[in-house]
Amino acid sequence: MADALLQIDGLTKRFGGVVASDNITLDVPRGELHAIIGPNGAGKTTLIGQLTGELTPDAGSIRFDGADITALPVHRRSQLGLARSFQITSLFLDFTALDNVALAVQAHAGHSFRFWRNARSEPELREPARAALARVGLEARADALVANLSHGEHRQLEIAMALATRPRMLLLDEPMAGMGPDESARMVRTLRELKQELTILLIEHDMEAVFALADRITVLVYGRVIASDTPQAVRANPEVRDAYLGEQQVVTHA
Amino acid sequence: MMARVTPRGIVVAVLLILLVALPLYTTTTGNLFLLTLFTRIIILAIAATSLNLIMGYGGMVSFGHAACIGLGAYVVGILAYEGTPSGFVQWPLALVLSALFSLIVGALCLRTRGVYFIMITLAFAQMLYYVGVALHRYGGDDGLTIYRRSQFAGLINLSNKTVFYYLCLVLLLGTIYLVWRLVNSRFGLVIQGARSNDRRMRAIGFPTFHYRLTCFVIAGTICGLAGVLLANHTDFVSPAMMHWTRSGDLIVMVVLGGMASSFGPLIGTVAYLLLEEALPPMIKPFAYAFTAVTGIEAHNAHEYWQLVLGPLILLIVLYARGGIDGLLAGRQRG
Repeated sequence: MADALLQIDGLTKRFGGVVASDNITLDVPRGELHAIIGPNGAGKTTLIGQLTGELTPDAGSIRFDGADITALPVHRRSQLGLARSFQITSLFLDFTALDNVALAVQAHAGHSFRFWRNARSEPELREPARAALARVGLEARADALVANLSHGEHRQLEIAMALATRPRMLLLDEPMAGMGPDESARMVRTLRELKQELTILLIEHDMEAVFALADRITVLVYGRVIASDTPQAVRANPEVRDAYLGEQQVVTHA
Repeated sequence: MMARVTPRGIVVAVLLILLVALPLYTTTTGNLFLLTLFTRIIILAIAATSLNLIMGYGGMVSFGHAACIGLGAYVVGILAYEGTPSGFVQWPLALVLSALFSLIVGALCLRTRGVYFIMITLAFAQMLYYVGVALHRYGGDDGLTIYRRSQFAGLINLSNKTVFYYLCLVLLLGTIYLVWRLVNSRFGLVIQGARSNDRRMRAIGFPTFHYRLTCFVIAGTICGLAGVLLANHTDFVSPAMMHWTRSGDLIVMVVLGGMASSFGPLIGTVAYLLLEEALPPMIKPFAYAFTAVTGIEAHNAHEYWQLVLGPLILLIVLYARGGIDGLLAGRQRG
């Protein structure tokens, strides 16, 4: 696909005898919200790890906006506009919410070898940070210590920090993990808005959210892509029903 | 730094006033011991403040920080011995060498974390310690006496104890101010972010290694300055200055006073060195009473004053995680 923002080609990662990513090939066109689903242990987080640069693939390549980023370190990918949120909340707990987001702004405002001026009173850092907090509905909590925020607020802050790096693409690793129904609904609304302007790769267990948001869905089982299609087609795919959706029914009925 | 009047603000203000006024008292009473003691306290507070920059704000627990004290001191000692007493040569050279040493040590040990980081900094410091022991020309194990303090072409006379005291005090306050500016700047927030969550820092686009290394070098350079001052203060250098237990003392001072606090290291150094002086005489009456009651000989009990200091530090660490400064401010940080 010519206009793909993210191109994954033949990506393979092994941990000992386990093949966590088995020759994954996948294109995410600009503007698409692409969801990746799969049962536990399907290799979703391993895939995200390779996309962000925390894991090195054994084979295959990753191209972002035409450039090969397979060997780039984590911070370089972020600077190119590939932002991620973490499955397990990963924030600066002893900072305020605004400080957290302002750091993300700072990361993309040139180098930080500036030793003198008080960074907490720089409008060019604080204002974009406040804007990012407002986008996820956290502006009222800007000055609260992150350690004192609720789980749902942490998840929102995760998104705000990814947004503050002014990315071209978001990699969201289970943004709704552990959320209550109200919080989930709110996150779906936020993601629907973000979808208008950003390319998003979404990994999520909440099937309702995935089918409501995704333009296309890729199903991963044992590290292999078994389907990559529109939500309707994926829902109708017998192999997917067998491997994944059916299994979840078994789990919920047990 | 101190917007409201808090117990901590009062203690810091009183402490600063006492430090500024101390030479007035010592010159009128002729009590040189106090002036010497407090010059030493101020110099070690500079070293502790620099350690706080990497340990308190940066989360880099260096167990070899005293190496830079030794390095700075030996530059002064060796150059004075070799006939170059000029401070214009000694001081910049000491700072440059401390920076270089920190750059090399940092570049290697910042690739590791936690206990490994501590052990590698310790190993490098011990290496330097044994280099000092091996310098037979400069006294080896016994150290080297400095017969002339650093000369500044008559601009300032370091042999005048009051002048030297004020020079050290100005450098200490300058260091505290510098570190305070530093930790609140963009650079400082990156350092603190990397302490809090290095993985996230990289994910949002920071090459944290470069920032941490720069911080490590800045701290080492400031500590080298403390070494320069210490050599001029004691007119003597020896490998013992960089022994790992000296680095341990610095860590205790920072933890005791309060990590990641502007004045914590100063408070910790004052408390630590005053306890070191005050505990032995305080133990003596108890030892005599003990002997009188039980008949067991205990007259040298004051030599074991560290038996009292140890539990005291333990109490601070267990019950006041922000150190003395944290207790005064009533905050839970550390």
